[in-house]
Amino acid sequence: MTTIELSHVSRWYGNVVAINDITMTIGPGVTGLLGPNGAGKSTLLHLAAGFLAPSRGKLTVGGAASWHNPGIYRTVGLVPERDSVYAFLTGEAFVRATAKLHRLADPEAATRRAIGIVEMAGAKDRRIATYSKGMRQRIKVAAALVHDPPVLLLDEPFNGMDPRQRLHMMDLLHRLGEQGRTILFSSHILEEVERLSGTIQVIVAGRLAASGDFRAIRRLMTSRPHVFVVRTSDDRRFGAALIGRPAVSGVEVTGRGLQVRASDYGAFSREVAVLARDQDVRLRELLPADESLESVFAYLVET
Amino acid sequence: MSGVQARVVAGITLRATMGRKRAFLFAIPPLVLILVTVALKLAHPEHASWPVQILGVFGLSVVLPLTALIIGTSVLGAEIDDGSVVHLLATPVSRPLVIAVKWAVACVLTVIFVAVPELLAGLIATGGKLTLGLFAGALAGSVMYNAVFVMISALTTRAIAVGLLYALIWEGVLANLVPGARLLSVGQYSLGIANSIAHNPGLNAALSLPTAVVMGSIVTAAALAIAASRLASFSIKGEPA
Repeated sequence: MTTIELSHVSRWYGNVVAINDITMTIGPGVTGLLGPNGAGKSTLLHLAAGFLAPSRGKLTVGGAASWHNPGIYRTVGLVPERDSVYAFLTGEAFVRATAKLHRLADPEAATRRAIGIVEMAGAKDRRIATYSKGMRQRIKVAAALVHDPPVLLLDEPFNGMDPRQRLHMMDLLHRLGEQGRTILFSSHILEEVERLSGTIQVIVAGRLAASGDFRAIRRLMTSRPHVFVVRTSDDRRFGAALIGRPAVSGVEVTGRGLQVRASDYGAFSREVAVLARDQDVRLRELLPADESLESVFAYLVET
Repeated sequence: MSGVQARVVAGITLRATMGRKRAFLFAIPPLVLILVTVALKLAHPEHASWPVQILGVFGLSVVLPLTALIIGTSVLGAEIDDGSVVHLLATPVSRPLVIAVKWAVACVLTVIFVAVPELLAGLIATGGKLTLGLFAGALAGSVMYNAVFVMISALTTRAIAVGLLYALIWEGVLANLVPGARLLSVGQYSLGIANSIAHNPGLNAALSLPTAVVMGSIVTAAALAIAASRLASFSIKGEPA
C-alpha cells in the first residue's frame, strides 16, 4: 500500500502561482483530480511524478521525495498527457523497451502481461504511428504498468477519446484500483469522473477546493441552485404558477422565455412537467442555463 | 551502469535520429565536400595550396561544426522537443548513462558523416600527412563538438538556434579574431590536433597539441557533466494557472 503525500506544497512560475499550499494524502483506489483548465492539475501530477520541483513544501511517494529521485520510477508509472511516443516503434517494441529500461528480470513476460491488461494484443505488432488516439493512450498505460508499479499517475487520460474508448479506460482504471493500486488521474470533464467511484479532489486556481467521496461531491453539485430557461405556450401564467412552488426561488420573464432559478434541482425537475399539465400550459423548451464547469466549480469553492 | 539500458537508449536514439526526414541533411555537406574536392582535383591536378583550404577551412571549420550541430542537437533535443523523452526519463535509468549513450551515438554518426568523408576527400586531393592530420582533427572534433551540442540541447529548447549562434559567432568569428578565445574553441582544438600531424601553416593552428588535448578533454567532460545534471532536473512545463 503506497500513498502519495503532499504537505503544504506550492509551486509558482515567476509571479504566477500554479499550486497554492496543498496538503493531501492519496491512498489506494482511484482518485480523480478535477478542475477547470489551468487550475493546476497537471502541475500537481508533474510534481508527484518527479518532473517538477515544489517551490515550497514536501511531496513524497511511498515515503520518498519524487524530485531528483529516479528511484521512484520503480514505484510509479506515469502516463503523460502529450501524445508523444516513439511512433516509429511497434506497440510491443515500445512496451518492451520500457521493460528493459526498468531492467526487469523477464522483459518479454512483463511486456505480454502489460499488453494483456490494456487489451492491445491484437495491435501490438503495428507501428504506434498507425494507432488511434485511444490505442495510443492504452499503449502508454501498458508501458507505465510494465513494471507492475503500485502507483499510477495519468494526466488527462480521457482527452480526445471517443465514448467507447473512454468507457474502456474507466473500466481499466477501476480494475487497477481494485487491485490495491494508487491511481491518480486528472480531468476537466465532469462526466468522465461520473462512472469512476472513489475519491475526488477538486482543484480550482491552484487551491484544493473540495475533497472527498465522489457521491458526496456529486450531491453538492446537484443540490446547488440551478438556472433553467423555460419556453412555454403561456410564459406569464406558467411563471406565476412556478413562483408558488417551494423548489423555485426566482422567475424572470425575458424575451427568450422564462429564466427560472431552482433552489432544489431534484424537486424542480420532478414537478415542472406536472405543473405544466395542471396549468394547461404547453412546454416548448427546458434548458439548463448554467451547466458550464466553471459555474459548478465556482459553487464548490463557495461552499 | 547497465548494458541492456544502454542498448535500448542507443537503439531508440539511432532510429529517432536517422528516421527523421532531416537525416538526409546529414549527407549533403559531406557530399558537397567530396564533389568540390573532385572538381578541384580535375581543374588543378598539380596545384598544392587548395587542399588545405578546402579540407582545412571548409571541411574542418564549416562541414564539421554544422553537421555536428544537426546531429548533436537531434539525439537529445528532438526527444525533448516532442516530449517523448518523458517515457525514457520515467524509468530508473541513470541520467548520466542517457547523456553518455546519446553523445556516443552522435559521435559515431558524425564520424561516419564527416570524418570518413574528410578522409576520402583527403585521399582524393593529396593523401599524406595533411590527410591523416585532418582525419585525426575531424575525429577529435566530432567528439568535442557533440559534447557541446548535447549540452546545449539539455540547456535550452532552442538548441539549433543557440548552437548555430555558438558555431558562427564564437567558433567562426571570435576564435579567429580574439587570441584569448582560441583557448576555449573546439575548432582550434581540432586544428591543433590536425596540425600536430600535418605540420601545415595553411591550417592557421594556434594551439599546441598538449594544450588542445588537455583543454579539449576538460571542455568535453564539463559539457557532458552539465548536460547530465540538467537532464536530472528535467521539468515538464506545467500550465501556469
